[in-house]
Amino acid sequence: MSTSSGTPESWISSFCSLLGHEYFAEVSEEFIEDDFNLTGLQNQVAMYKEALEMILDVEPEEDEEEDDEEEEDEEDISGDARDGPGRERRHHSRVASDLSVIESSAEMLYGLIHQRFICSRAGIQQMSEKYELGHFGVCPRTNCNQTRTLPVGLSDIPGEDTVKLFCPSCLDVYVPPNSRFQTVDGAFFGRTFGALFLLTFPEYDLSRSGAEAASSLARTGEDQAMINGMYPKNIAPGLGRNKIYEPKIYGFRVSEVADSGPRMQWLRDKPDDLAILDEARNFAEEHDAESDDEDDDDEGMTNTGRHGTKRQYNSVIRQKQGRNGTAMEVDANGAGSEL
Amino acid sequence: MDDYGTESDSDYTSYWRDWFISSRGNEYFCEIDEEYLTDRFNLTGLNTEVQYYQYAMDLITDVFDLDCDDEMRETIEKSARHLYGLVHARYIASTRGLTKMLEKYKKADFGKCPRVMCNSHPLLPLGLSDIPNLKPVKLYCARCEDTYNPKSSRHASIDGAYFGTSFHSILFQVYPTLVPAKSQERYVPRVYGFKVHAAAALVRWQNSVRGDMRRRLRKMEVDSGFKDGEDDLEDEDEDEEEIDEEEELQMQLQQHQLVEYRGGATAATGALVPVAAGDAQMGGVA
Repeated sequence: MSTSSGTPESWISSFCSLLGHEYFAEVSEEFIEDDFNLTGLQNQVAMYKEALEMILDVEPEEDEEEDDEEEEDEEDISGDARDGPGRERRHHSRVASDLSVIESSAEMLYGLIHQRFICSRAGIQQMSEKYELGHFGVCPRTNCNQTRTLPVGLSDIPGEDTVKLFCPSCLDVYVPPNSRFQTVDGAFFGRTFGALFLLTFPEYDLSRSGAEAASSLARTGEDQAMINGMYPKNIAPGLGRNKIYEPKIYGFRVSEVADSGPRMQWLRDKPDDLAILDEARNFAEEHDAESDDEDDDDEGMTNTGRHGTKRQYNSVIRQKQGRNGTAMEVDANGAGSEL
Repeated sequence: MDDYGTESDSDYTSYWRDWFISSRGNEYFCEIDEEYLTDRFNLTGLNTEVQYYQYAMDLITDVFDLDCDDEMRETIEKSARHLYGLVHARYIASTRGLTKMLEKYKKADFGKCPRVMCNSHPLLPLGLSDIPNLKPVKLYCARCEDTYNPKSSRHASIDGAYFGTSFHSILFQVYPTLVPAKSQERYVPRVYGFKVHAAAALVRWQNSVRGDMRRRLRKMEVDSGFKDGEDDLEDEDEDEEEIDEEEELQMQLQQHQLVEYRGGATAATGALVPVAAGDAQMGGVA
């Protein structure tokens, strides 16, 4: 197999340089050549073998051999000269008509491999380089201050939806601004990549935008405690107090009670103190406090709560705990052992 | 703001306002009535804001006949556009202006919300400040109640004060029936089908905030405007978090048979959604 990784004219690099394919990473040939990575794709793609050969720029060797054999046959059987060119033409026309089919199969196959590749170590690294260069655009939301977005799919099954942009700052998804991306299948990026990216690179300074963030990797100190597996400053930095749009009429805020009043502010809300979100830990603390003394349980809580929701929130968790499931109990035990 | 080439050869006799609103980049503006412009009450205070106020006004109302050089004319043109913008901010809050902007809103002249869950809901222009030359125009989505940057750079340079901070709120105060139904639908980040802890914890907290709000509103007997998730007031601790949206709907339908509700906008949720189990996608990724 010819590994022409450096040549600019490989199928993969020409595919990635097409208009509208700016989001794609170049899948390495080693990744594609590993059969394990392609498990199950045979059944999803028509003309799988030909498509794979096209992606890898492998000359269809078998066909050439067949040609040779045919020629030999023709030579052997004299008097069939009329038949020869006709058969050859038929053969060529088959190739020509199949080429477009194979091409589209190859694109589909590449997309599905791409979905897996960008979740691999090498792939996510390559995507992070693209992210740093701002290849995926920025969040259109005003309060996200041009946070760079990540391409995601809303489904892992091809043909269901086009590619969307996930903003790590507001944890929401947006339609790409340019219509040329509306032909790119979301499944080629998959549902996993966006969230996995944030988990893989927790040190990214998401609040910084543009090119300046390129140097921010590995800069943050580890002294900052993580909450729920993320650095607090990276948990939806575009949400919370002062990041919520407040409608006003001539300077007066529109009341929540009005028919046209704000009803969606929760979507952009975030607790002032993110420690509230550490449910397992909170539960463990509260549980201890409860077992010690019932009255003590709002001691360290009222000062952290915002709009008094913390107490209510905890009560919700308590109810949940009481009613169904041991999920929280398991969490609590896990956290308890850590404490 | 724009190039001057087109303006300098604009015909004196053609209507300046027609030309203005039809020129590229000015798609967000509507045409101000002659009557509104000539009523001096509507222009209170603008004479100190705009240079060559009278000439600019003459130009807007097509009675400009000053003989002057190109440079002067350009300055006046610029003033005229500024003045038009400032009057525009006032005009679109008036009854006539609201109807005109409403037409444009219905045609989605201001673009559509980029948020996926808003399903291309039409946007409305807004300013983040009423003082000119501070902040460019933004777009407001009435469905998610958030503001977005215009897609096109030629719109991103328009002054937000030409639309004002209050316009979209006034529009929905005047036409409360046009307030779109709110939706709880949202994006939940997942890794191989599993929710991510940090994001999911935030979602749970946000859901509790929403539940608080809806309970508050219900106590005051105000319609919260949510077409889905009518039941999360009492049962949010049960059904909201761990269950996919489809299943959630299904759950609500079941609960409906058990619990009676008085604020009955629930019919909207009655559209039966087949339970397409969210776990099915797991197979797609090895």
